Amino acid sequence: MISMKYQGFTFEKLKIASFDFTCCEGCQLQLANRESSLLDFLELLDIRNFRELSTEKNNDYDIALIEGSLSREDEVERLQAIRRQAKTLIAFGTCACFGGVNSLKNKFPLQESVAEVYPGMQIDTMPVRKISDVVKVDLSIPGCPVNKEEVERIMVHLATGSLITLPNYPVCFECKAQLNTCMFELGEICLGPITRGGCNAVCTSGKTPCLGCRGPSEEINMPAFIELVTERKLSPDDLQEKMAFYNAFEEFCDHEA
Amino acid sequence: MKRDLTLDIRHLTRVEGHANISITVKDGKLLDARWAVVETPRFFEVMVKGMSAERVPFLTSRICGICSISHALASIRALERAMTIEPPDVAKQIRLLAMHGETLQSHALHLFFLVAPDFTGHGSVLPLITSHPDLIKAGLRLKELGNQISTVSAGRCTHPVSLVVGGVSKAPEKQQLLQLRTMIRESKPALDTACSFFRTLTIPEFKRETEFISLCNGSRYPSIGGDIISTDGVRRNENEYLLMTNEYSRDFSTSKFTRLSRESSVAGALARFNNNYDLLHPRAKEAAAAFALQPVCHNPFMNNIAQLIECVHILEDAEELINSLVDMELQEIKTPYAPKAGSATGAVEAPRGILYHHLETSDEGKVVRADCIIPTTQNNANIEYDLGAIAEQALQEGKNDREIEKLCEMAVRSYDPCISCSVH
Repeated sequence: MISMKYQGFTFEKLKIASFDFTCCEGCQLQLANRESSLLDFLELLDIRNFRELSTEKNNDYDIALIEGSLSREDEVERLQAIRRQAKTLIAFGTCACFGGVNSLKNKFPLQESVAEVYPGMQIDTMPVRKISDVVKVDLSIPGCPVNKEEVERIMVHLATGSLITLPNYPVCFECKAQLNTCMFELGEICLGPITRGGCNAVCTSGKTPCLGCRGPSEEINMPAFIELVTERKLSPDDLQEKMAFYNAFEEFCDHEA
Repeated sequence: MKRDLTLDIRHLTRVEGHANISITVKDGKLLDARWAVVETPRFFEVMVKGMSAERVPFLTSRICGICSISHALASIRALERAMTIEPPDVAKQIRLLAMHGETLQSHALHLFFLVAPDFTGHGSVLPLITSHPDLIKAGLRLKELGNQISTVSAGRCTHPVSLVVGGVSKAPEKQQLLQLRTMIRESKPALDTACSFFRTLTIPEFKRETEFISLCNGSRYPSIGGDIISTDGVRRNENEYLLMTNEYSRDFSTSKFTRLSRESSVAGALARFNNNYDLLHPRAKEAAAAFALQPVCHNPFMNNIAQLIECVHILEDAEELINSLVDMELQEIKTPYAPKAGSATGAVEAPRGILYHHLETSDEGKVVRADCIIPTTQNNANIEYDLGAIAEQALQEGKNDREIEKLCEMAVRSYDPCISCSVH
């Protein structure tokens, strides 16, 4: 057992592994960001299997971070094997939690897509699925990419056995706290009112609308949100495009159409 | 003595994405060398169809977690050229700064996290935290600086938020730029530490003549747009990207291959260095001289050193960009535009080489067709030919199987492949 000491208490390091599926690997990259706290962050972890980072491999791990969505049969098998080993399986990032931008592929007939990109070739591919469509997920950390600060907090809570929660309030809350001009006032549809906070409103603070990468916040008032878009005479097509972007509002999209 | 060799490396480690290496030599003669990318394709070129132009850069940036800024800017450049939009000068400068930040973090990640362990004999960077603490601190400092440059200029380092068609949606505050300039100045000792460390390493001796392709604009070290040139003397404009790439598929790889005048060619830091040496900052040229690196260098392992030299250039050039930005009015940041039908190529120098996005728009400003050619795609054929030649040379030198395996892995890593990006 590898342990660490903090304020007189001894904690076991987290035996962790990180795996990527269909994705851009940007969420795993966040693990190496926030460089000023990186060495302390690594102190929390006993990294067992992380192909991008290390040639050494050990399949005795407790926590598995799963990045990406699923789009090929061998990925499903690989994920199921990870599920058998992991005590805690974490959907890491928007692709793992909701399917992410990869899901936009599902709007197009699969064989036509293959023929367009790989003319004359046989390519194994399936409609994109999120992780929870295939295995039980113990914890979801949304974000495109994940917010490293939030990841650090969750890892500390896992190591110390504390309760893990995500913010239940919407992005709007964090955006207002930064005194940003509302995107709706600038004539843009923004998913901030219905999207789970925790990103510190990074997109709207950069004057671009929220596209909902963190998924629905708790107890959202969808009819009121639609009303907001309609009374301002904003484009329903634009709303549709934004809601579909990360596939994070799948359950609300039909009722929209 | 004639020897046999069978190498089969499945899911190469310490690279971005999934790929396999296999090499077969019989009686000292190379039978087969294969570089097979097995990453799952995502079909971005299909996904963008029907999407409004303004949203497309936010989608295409998701092609790659490491070079998302390059992808956003390649799409933005293609769309601005397709719809004849001229972004304001301030926005152009901010974009150049964002590109510098991305390249710096990408090179630092590659050099310190992925490459350094090969030279110190470790399986990962983790043991180096205790064995080489000063080097790791320097590497983290440079990576942090790269991310901070990107965050200040693009709103976020991975998947930028304020790079938009027409310009930028938000300019950095002058105060932020001044703080950034201080941080750049204070990071120069870290770069000295890095250069000193890399000077102590023995870079493998290997040379296979090839063709180096990069952008070239004649006035600045290449970053966004320009002509496409090669060390074999080819020169074409951006829209003729298809003639520079001649992309083709091979049935064992989900990443495609390209070629130009020879069977293979190279894009990336060494290609930019070989084609644009004169435009490097004098400090970067000094650093190159300390490694005896001169154009045209045909040793792929020297791509690592070319990346380090680019880091020296970036710190100097980023400081100059900030100096000119703080003297500019930061109000005019976005050109208003009306949607328009058109098609054009946007080429940028991503950290790993030229990235092409070709986009076609409809009258309503929806993207109707897309083609993306990724730097690693342009290196696949060269990686494969190098692997065969390296294995043959190493056998002649009497190296054992384990040594050859390590050398082949190091050769691939020196290209800094971005595999999931190359499949997209």
